[in-house]
Amino acid sequence: MNVIIMGCGRVGAQLASILDNDGHKITILDINGHSFRRLSPNFSGTALLGDGTDQETLKRAGIKETDAFVAVTEGDNRNVMAAQIARHIFNVPKVICRIYDPLRKDVYEAIGIETISPTTVFAQLLKEKLLAK
Amino acid sequence: MYIVIIGGGSVGYYLCQALLKEGHEVLVLDKDSVKCERFGDDMGSVCIRGDGCEVSTLADAGVGRADVFIATTNEDEDNLVACQVAKHKFKVPRTIARVNNPKNEEIFKKLGIDCTIGVTNIILKHIEEELPAHPLTHLLTMAEEETEIVEVKLEKNSKAINKAIKDLKLPKDSVLALMIRNGQKPKVPTADTVLKLDDRLIALTRFEDEAELRKVLVG
Repeated sequence: MNVIIMGCGRVGAQLASILDNDGHKITILDINGHSFRRLSPNFSGTALLGDGTDQETLKRAGIKETDAFVAVTEGDNRNVMAAQIARHIFNVPKVICRIYDPLRKDVYEAIGIETISPTTVFAQLLKEKLLAK
Repeated sequence: MYIVIIGGGSVGYYLCQALLKEGHEVLVLDKDSVKCERFGDDMGSVCIRGDGCEVSTLADAGVGRADVFIATTNEDEDNLVACQVAKHKFKVPRTIARVNNPKNEEIFKKLGIDCTIGVTNIILKHIEEELPAHPLTHLLTMAEEETEIVEVKLEKNSKAINKAIKDLKLPKDSVLALMIRNGQKPKVPTADTVLKLDDRLIALTRFEDEAELRKVLVG
């Protein structure tokens, strides 16, 4: 599968490394070249310096041929904007977007963007751990 | 009308001032408390500190009853999200976004923002209109119809001079709506009108035909 990941933070870099290891074709984007140090030394995909909310950068990253797009930068709004460009302008079949703010997540779920809120997921996990016997 | 403005920078500030003067109820939201205080000194309590992209902040600001929602920050993604939350969560009938990067104007429209204002493009257009060097200038764009209104001045190397309009090979959907001839009242040209040097024409054309129209009239 061809996957574009926007944001090479801890989550982005780890996801890229895992998928790459599984044999998928990964392109990872970040506006800061220093972030690519987080990729595993064996990473065989493409690391591309650029802004994922910019259509030209997305085209260079191969957005027209990609099967999936994942937005995991630190900024909720950047993620949501890039995800919508991928979904509605380039018709990428699978788009997933990270939104920390649970309320904002609900808004975008309602208009058809697949989202994950780490806040909600992590709080739930913590609760389960706490209450586990 | 109740108008909510996101961003208390200089655009938000003067917009707020002008709208208050016109008698509207205005509320400004900004993350920066220093900016909010500046409003307090001059206009009373019209600015609240808060993130205009957050649902709870917008709920507190009573965005649910707003008639117009305007996002004026200098971050395009923040303006997009604020407007989308206002539109989808609070059903604000009219959302307006400032667009800083001209490339984003089209994206914003496709993503449902009612009105976009691209400052760079506006300034560019003004420069174009002011510069006499351009024989073809854009006056107005009607994006939905993919049509624009342009002004063409017939200069001495134009191949259209001394020709009747019916003999010009105008693109199919382009219309010469108005002719302004040196010192005379503007006229609606007919098929038999013969064009002269220095005539100014107001024409309607589809985006894709602009180059063709330019070729026929400018040469």
